[in-house]
Amino acid sequence: MATLTAPVAERGLLARPIEPTGVWSWLTTVDAKRIGILYGVTAFIFFLIGGTEALVMRTQLAVPDSRLVGPGIFNAMFTMHGTTMIFLVVMPLSVAFFNYIVPLQIGARDVAFPRLNAFSYWVFLSGAVLMHLSFVIGQVPDTGWFSYANLTERAYSPSAGVDFWVVGLQVLGIASLAGAFNFLVTIINLRAPGLSLMRMPLFTWTTFITSILMVLAFPVITVALVELMFDRLFGTNFFNTAQGADPILWQHLFWVFGHPEVYILILPAMGVVSDVLPVFSRKPLFGYPFMVYAVASIAFLSFTVWAHHMFTTGLGPIATSFFTASTMLIAVPTGIKVFNWISTVYGGSISLKTPALFALGFIAMFTIGGLSGVMHASPPVDTQHQDTYFVVAHFHYVLFGGSIFGLFSGIYFWFPKITGRMLDEKIGTLHFWLMLIGFNLTFGPMHFLGVDGMPRRIFTYPAEMGWGTWNLVATIGAYIIGLSILVFIVNVFKSLRSGDRAGADPWDGRTLEWTTSSPPPHYNFAEIPVVHARDDFWVQKYPDLAGGHGGEIIASAPVAVAAAVGHDEHVYVHLPDPSYWPLITASGIFVAGFGLLFFMLLLPVGLFVVLFGTVGWSTEPVNG
Amino acid sequence: MEHTAVLPAEAHETTTGLNHRKVLMWAFLGSDCMLFGSLIGTYLVYRGRYLAGPKPTDVFDIPYTSVSALALLMSSLAMVLALAAIQRGDIRRLKIWLLCVAGLGLVFIGGQVYEFTSFGEEGLNLAVSTFGTTFFVLTGFHGTHVTFGIVWLLMIWIMAKRGQMTQARSLDVEIAGLYWHFVDIVWIIIFTVVYLIPV
Repeated sequence: MATLTAPVAERGLLARPIEPTGVWSWLTTVDAKRIGILYGVTAFIFFLIGGTEALVMRTQLAVPDSRLVGPGIFNAMFTMHGTTMIFLVVMPLSVAFFNYIVPLQIGARDVAFPRLNAFSYWVFLSGAVLMHLSFVIGQVPDTGWFSYANLTERAYSPSAGVDFWVVGLQVLGIASLAGAFNFLVTIINLRAPGLSLMRMPLFTWTTFITSILMVLAFPVITVALVELMFDRLFGTNFFNTAQGADPILWQHLFWVFGHPEVYILILPAMGVVSDVLPVFSRKPLFGYPFMVYAVASIAFLSFTVWAHHMFTTGLGPIATSFFTASTMLIAVPTGIKVFNWISTVYGGSISLKTPALFALGFIAMFTIGGLSGVMHASPPVDTQHQDTYFVVAHFHYVLFGGSIFGLFSGIYFWFPKITGRMLDEKIGTLHFWLMLIGFNLTFGPMHFLGVDGMPRRIFTYPAEMGWGTWNLVATIGAYIIGLSILVFIVNVFKSLRSGDRAGADPWDGRTLEWTTSSPPPHYNFAEIPVVHARDDFWVQKYPDLAGGHGGEIIASAPVAVAAAVGHDEHVYVHLPDPSYWPLITASGIFVAGFGLLFFMLLLPVGLFVVLFGTVGWSTEPVNG
Repeated sequence: MEHTAVLPAEAHETTTGLNHRKVLMWAFLGSDCMLFGSLIGTYLVYRGRYLAGPKPTDVFDIPYTSVSALALLMSSLAMVLALAAIQRGDIRRLKIWLLCVAGLGLVFIGGQVYEFTSFGEEGLNLAVSTFGTTFFVLTGFHGTHVTFGIVWLLMIWIMAKRGQMTQARSLDVEIAGLYWHFVDIVWIIIFTVVYLIPV
């Protein structure tokens, strides 16, 4: 009888793929957890590439009058190092956590748009590969990660390098937008019952705000890139000074995007640290509402400070005063966050596990970077420091000392959740100290070099300048950072082979991701959780101590929590099936980009594949 | 696959009660505001700084462009009526109004093609001046948006013809409508900034 009543499966243009394992299952997956792993592994590979580029630069600069690599290669190295670390490392590593952790933190089984999410990853990979094809033909982008006009015009940059940069970044922008739309809607619309906005974990909050920033900032860089691409490919005059164009327009468009982008890079790391510190201090986050409002005000103010990157262009006294004031203002919510993190740790029963070490390192390093940053709100100081190593020191303290330390804190914190195995604490501690020492040896001296007048983006310097000693120290530091990354890789492989089993809740966690097994089942939660409080899991475990402080909690034994953990084979949760369409549509974008760079006839072919993919996508039945 | 308790993703209740795709469309429109804002900003920065080629006053035919602008604005009315039709379950009128929207959109695009061609004959092109550059790229981006909207509406029309559009799927029309109205509003701004305000 069953055969008579079985629903006739609706068919789209292609049947849904069904393989549960193997290469095809990864190519067609729409599972946010798998996409998170893809994002994370890809970002780490690019971290190694970008790090190698940094080591080439540091080796070149180790001694004065060095001729190891020429100026051409050096220009390519700093351009690709910056572009890679920002767009191919810190952003995708954050997105990896958005994918894996946010659905767990909000008690959802999936994201709002699983296929759009998969599409985001494949487009990201396409953009990254397109940009790196420049190495294959030996015309690497060499105009800096901000590629100021009109140096980038065909007349002044005749090699194809800038084309690779322009096309690659546009494709990466599509990926970021697709991902941001998905997480915006997911957090608005897929929260578990009871999880009101002011109960959300801070990492979910920063994901939400970061998504808003991406949605509003990426169209601006897209327009700038389109304008530059039209100038180079179709002879338009957006930045052609001979026709009366103003190259400063590029700087405005770039930094209207570029400054929110800085917060796109740091906010997720701030979210990680805000979730890690309460767990390892066994105290609730200090001043939770202030933390939330601080994140929101930083995001709002980030659109009002862009011209502090442009003080030396001569904006006039009114604009300069405005951007000075707004830049000083944005330090206020940032300062609130720093004080709240310190107050969270204060009086807690602190356990210095590796995630906590990285989080504390984050606070210290980010504060140094923040202080040198607010110095540049002052136009006279900024004018002195513009294009010197002081600026290089500043933004590495916020982006490496901040973002990368914060993200490593997240890696050590959530690795057990993702793999089911603990990372080794001893090796992790070694990794932390090597990285902290190496980082400060590398970037600390750059403050001195900058104040002493050493310009950025020079491939060598004469011995008489007296910059040799600190440059050598910085290079040694850079190799220590490299060593620390090797230690981390050893830790990961050792853990995957023989790490301790993690269990569902290895850190005595506070939020929903620790209520499900490690790694979580495909459907995340057998039963959708109902949330009654902020730090709901903690409150369930220690009902009599909710909101209490460190010392008391140690005395309290956790009550048994009846969490539905494990792969219960009686649970049937139907999630969206895998799909070919995200991959097909993304490959169309790759072909179109490839066509723009190599063979114009492929452009319409690529666009046709995109159209075909979109039609197939939109007519695919939800459950095939 | 297990077929017990098959629930499409959309059948789950959402936190806000709003459909995912509708929230997505609003977010996309916010994003698109920044896109057109940047393009219009570029146009305004270069306004009047034209070193060569025809000036706006040499080429613009405001009565002509007003007619095609009117066609586009009227299409919004037809869009509202199309949505009202499917919400009452009147698929016949849905199809009529959808064709009407797409037709008025095509009138606008046809007008733009004619306008671009005649401007080209008068010596205005992408490369001749910053006016040519900013005018064609800004209005071209808008025209691409309209074209995309027309294709989208015609796809809905085809589905309606095949009997796949029912009252229950009125949201599909509503979301396409949001996009269409947005593109119309953008044209009001572009038409004012580019054509009506004298340099």
